[in-house]
Amino acid sequence: MATAHSPTTTTTTKATQSAQEDTAAAPDTVPAVDVAGAAPVRHPLRWLSVLVLAVLAAQLGHFLVTNPNFEWSTVGGYFGAQVIGEGIATTIELTVVAMLIGIVGGVLVAVGRMSENRVLSAVCGAYVWFFRGIPVLVQLVFWYNLSALLPRISFGVPFGPEFIGGQTNSLITPLLAAILGLGLNEAAYMAEIVRGGLLGVDQGQTEAAAALGMGRARILRRVVLPQAMRFIVPPTGSQVINMMKATSLVSVIALADLLYTVQSIYNRTFETIPLLIVACLWYLVMTSVLYVGQSFIERYYARGATRNAPQGFWDFAFFRRRAAPFPAARERSTPSTPEKETR
Amino acid sequence: MIKDALATDAPADPVDPATAGPPLVVAHDVHKRFGHLEVLRGIDLEVRAGEVVVLLGPSGSGKSTFLRCINHLEQIDAGSIHVGGRLIGYRRSGSRVHHLRPREVTRQRRDIGMVFQHFNLFPHLTVLSNVMEAPVGVLRTPKAEARETALALLERVGLSDKASAYPRQLSGGQQQRVAIARALAMRPELMLFDEPTSALDPELVGEVLATMRDLARDGLTMLVVTHEIGFAKEVADRVVFMDGGRVLESGTPREVLDHPTHERTRAFLGRFL
Ligand SMILES: Nc1ncnc2c1ncn2[C@@H]1O[C@H](COP(=O)(O)OP(=O)(O)OP(=O)(O)O)[C@@H](O)[C@H]1O
Ligand SMILES: [Mg+2]
Repeated sequence: MATAHSPTTTTTTKATQSAQEDTAAAPDTVPAVDVAGAAPVRHPLRWLSVLVLAVLAAQLGHFLVTNPNFEWSTVGGYFGAQVIGEGIATTIELTVVAMLIGIVGGVLVAVGRMSENRVLSAVCGAYVWFFRGIPVLVQLVFWYNLSALLPRISFGVPFGPEFIGGQTNSLITPLLAAILGLGLNEAAYMAEIVRGGLLGVDQGQTEAAAALGMGRARILRRVVLPQAMRFIVPPTGSQVINMMKATSLVSVIALADLLYTVQSIYNRTFETIPLLIVACLWYLVMTSVLYVGQSFIERYYARGATRNAPQGFWDFAFFRRRAAPFPAARERSTPSTPEKETR
Repeated sequence: MIKDALATDAPADPVDPATAGPPLVVAHDVHKRFGHLEVLRGIDLEVRAGEVVVLLGPSGSGKSTFLRCINHLEQIDAGSIHVGGRLIGYRRSGSRVHHLRPREVTRQRRDIGMVFQHFNLFPHLTVLSNVMEAPVGVLRTPKAEARETALALLERVGLSDKASAYPRQLSGGQQQRVAIARALAMRPELMLFDEPTSALDPELVGEVLATMRDLARDGLTMLVVTHEIGFAKEVADRVVFMDGGRVLESGTPREVLDHPTHERTRAFLGRFL
């Protein structure tokens, strides 16, 4: 028994002894060390990954230059063409108008949903449920074909005389169908974003404003909304970019946006790939511009959000992830700020 | 007569019923419940114009709730609160009592300032804009005039140099002093303070209390919930001790703080020795 035990005992003792030596050696006198000029930690794996990426990039470049199917000269020819410009104009117009409807509608639906009036709140909830629940492509096609459901549209006293009216087919043009489809759908998403933002503002803010004798509308406009903006603007930025891309769906209802324009050209000339590349490039240009604009607006609404003085724009635009200008926005979990689902 | 006046005007007992104003706040048998929890069970309290009343009591005794009822941030269930002769939150017509419209409640709050434990400054506005917001937006004071008043108030709370800072760039004590200036900008006839120093680091408490002492000296009517017994002793005209949603005792600081008659009051004060 004793022999069986002895080896373990010795090892433990040795381990304890060495540990004691270590601790004993440390504290008595601290050697003079200067950490200035310390050798950095080496990252061989990092260098390896850079090498791999460089090889891949070279391969991609080679592919882009040598594959004749890209027809770069054709791309160049169409890139500045006027028809393409008109398609772009339609795309931008659609994005702006649909987004405006979405934002205004979203604020109204969000405020309605948070209202003390139960009926109004339920109706607004139903709106969000309905328009978020149906794919936007289906909604677009539905608006486009509204005349099959309602041959005539008229406005007037309910069940009474009509003021104006007309054939649905002439009233709902492809453009209007597109605006309604995209805008009403967007309002449902924006409503959730705005509601999340409003809920993210501390209750104490409303109370302090009320105690100062401010009315409900003024509190919303001057105190709550400006603070909610910090939570609302970043997701709204991605909504705008999503909207710009979602406008390409309107090509199915024969509205001459950027995608529909290039499609109608390559259907004639069969220069499919170069024309699609033209569309890709323009979409990238437009979304890049939006991205820069978004950072301007975010910076504006970050006033007073942190103790640090506001950063310069370029720092902000390019290093924002590292600089983390919105700590408060991340600390708080806003209840529902949905990322837009695939459209 | 003169002898009497001198006798009542003894030092450290500044309440002088002869010179104290008419009642500004009259709370009568105020009841308030949250669901099944009865938080206020018949509060009777009067605050005279120019008086400083300190409200003491253990946690959960309903001090904050009572304060919030006075400017109708909470709605009372029974009884009545009058401020400056106006019935708060309700309107009497004949034998019936009606709820006021939100707009009318909002109007009543203009004359009642409130200072919160957590300051609740508007973080997106500069200090100056915080102070100017309500006078400009609610009272329609011209901007230039509101600005002048705001700067004067900031000077008074010792923060003229912070006018263009944002609240989050200030210390807690500075923020609370801005909050006081913001409330004063509406020229309230009554100021409510709900534990104004409880969220502050000990070394910042003094500056806020000094500001409040200043206001008391100028004759502002103040109803203060605080655990600062020293402040109560020095500044209060009257101390009210609340427990379990009732007023247990009320009197001069000397009476309530030094010679409490109730066992509960003694137990509560014992914790501060
Ligand atoms: N909005 C509310 N809903 C439900 N219960 C509440 C609400 N506000 C306060 N209460 C309850 O009412 C009671 C009294 O609260 P109140 O805040 O008035 O106490 P207090 O005397 O101010 O305490 P403290 O010294 O801790 O601030 C507590 O039990 C509290 O939980
Ligand atoms: Mg309290």
